[in-house]
Amino acid sequence: MGKESVAYAPPHPAPLPPNGAERGIPPALETRGLDKSFGALAVTHAVDFRLERGARHALIGPNGAGKTTFVNLVTGALRPSAGAIFLDGADITPLSQDRRVKLGIARTYQINTLFRGLSVLENVCLAIGERLGLGGRLFRPVGLRRDVIEAAYALLERLRLAEDAGRLVRELPYGRQRLVEIAVALGLEPKVLLLDEPAAGVPSAESGIIVDVIETLPADLALLIIEHDMELVFRLARRITVLVQGAILVEGTPAEIAADARVREVYLGERTRH
Amino acid sequence: MSAAATPAAVPEAVRALARRHRFRAYETLPWIAAIGGYFLFPDYLALGAQVFIAILFALATDLILGYGGIITLGQAAFFGAGAYACGLVSAHGWGEPLSLLLIGAAAAALVGFLSGFVVLRATGLTQLMLTLIVAVMLQEAANKANDLTGGANGLQGMEIWPILGLFPFDLYGVAAYLYCLAVLFLGWLVLRTLVHSPFGRSLTGIRESEARMNAIGSPVFRRRLAAYVISAALAGVAGALAAETTQLVALDALSFDRSGGVVIMLIVGGIGRLYGGFIGVPLYMIAQDRFAEIDPVYWYFWIGLFLLLVVLFARGGMIGLGETLWRRLKFIPLRPWGRRG
Repeated sequence: MGKESVAYAPPHPAPLPPNGAERGIPPALETRGLDKSFGALAVTHAVDFRLERGARHALIGPNGAGKTTFVNLVTGALRPSAGAIFLDGADITPLSQDRRVKLGIARTYQINTLFRGLSVLENVCLAIGERLGLGGRLFRPVGLRRDVIEAAYALLERLRLAEDAGRLVRELPYGRQRLVEIAVALGLEPKVLLLDEPAAGVPSAESGIIVDVIETLPADLALLIIEHDMELVFRLARRITVLVQGAILVEGTPAEIAADARVREVYLGERTRH
Repeated sequence: MSAAATPAAVPEAVRALARRHRFRAYETLPWIAAIGGYFLFPDYLALGAQVFIAILFALATDLILGYGGIITLGQAAFFGAGAYACGLVSAHGWGEPLSLLLIGAAAAALVGFLSGFVVLRATGLTQLMLTLIVAVMLQEAANKANDLTGGANGLQGMEIWPILGLFPFDLYGVAAYLYCLAVLFLGWLVLRTLVHSPFGRSLTGIRESEARMNAIGSPVFRRRLAAYVISAALAGVAGALAAETTQLVALDALSFDRSGGVVIMLIVGGIGRLYGGFIGVPLYMIAQDRFAEIDPVYWYFWIGLFLLLVVLFARGGMIGLGETLWRRLKFIPLRPWGRRG
């Protein structure tokens, strides 16, 4: 018996995520010295951040830490005051938002930002159409691109939204709209996906769907998730970055973050005040 | 719910989207009415031609206002640019009507392209003011350029050749009626194609959420500018048509009344519905005519009251009202795909 238990000893703890830099592979997304200030208010300060390929990375921090601003800087919705952003090692800092999307960066919004007067299906069709570069076509009706419509429907089935495909987004409950947020982003087939509090406002009974969706994302997709729900963060993330007052406080594995005294003080202390 | 009727059932939502661009029976109604009008009211053909021109102008405006979500009170700039371009060329010796329409379209498109860079950088009220300013500046320029445009007296000396070299513009407006109807039909076909195209849908997307369009990789400014130029070109065709049929261009082609009037007619008919102009323009013109006859002094008050009622009780204009009543009648819930086409 004793011998057996030795033979079946648990394997070593999983190795840390491969460090791409050591192997000469650029990270999927990288920022160097990223700064953003609105007048005298610095909302992002000297952020050096790396998102490896296939990462499941969470960005946490107290309210007002600058998490959404970071997403806006990376996607190009905001221009940084200083610093640079790299996608697959290429500098994308000067590129416009739509160019960056074409290169593979997609995002969702903390507060639903959808085409509310259009059907769920068409919301996703618009995203797929833009990915395929159809958006500027003037003549052939959308309806004749059956492939686009069916791809959109298949995506909705994956997100268990198929039964709502024909409904207008604004008629859906808020929690279902959160799923449409993700569906639209996935329609872009991104290399880097930034989810801004995907579970915010979702009833706990339905947040399981969101976890399932995230767990079935392609393995090579680099995911950055901003989330306040610590249970969700520790369940999904393999690395966590803590942002406080626009600067990175600490980065590490979930275990390291959970054990970090500074994080407890700054972040978890803030949480208990909720 | 029972199983689907066919084994390989296509989801209803997919079918609905795939069929949305198909022609419906009701879409023939305006054209039946137009042809009927030709036989029923032979004395009003000249007026009918002006109605068609106004509808074409409204269609052009609907593309940017209703689909693109660009707020404009300066659409007359394009109407006037088309009218003056057509008028000037014909006064200088070239009167072939079809090519003059294209000249009008090109001139208006150029104005749209240049002013679009300024207008479309702004949003909301600023944008509204900028559209207005462009039209007012053009009108003032036309007024000042007396030698070229005839200023306040209007452009004189236009000469329009027969259509296709065969049909001269006659005193009864027969040629003008059919000619304007044909051009309106073509313009409607172009616009109908556009609003169902990926480009048109992306415009609707921009109207619904500009931020999200950016986030799915759409070059929002370029799309808006393209829509602005297309709308300007169509408005320019309407302006050129007006110049050809009346053989006169005056400053009112560029007036604020024209810019505001077309928006009001669209609101009455229903914005963003492609058919708003077909209903709003005749209704507004009839209402104007009736009120002016009943109460020659205060008729503008009644027009105002009428508009107030439309805005308060028929948000989607007459078409919106019709849709609501139809749903009430049939107990049909909201149309599942897209509120406004």
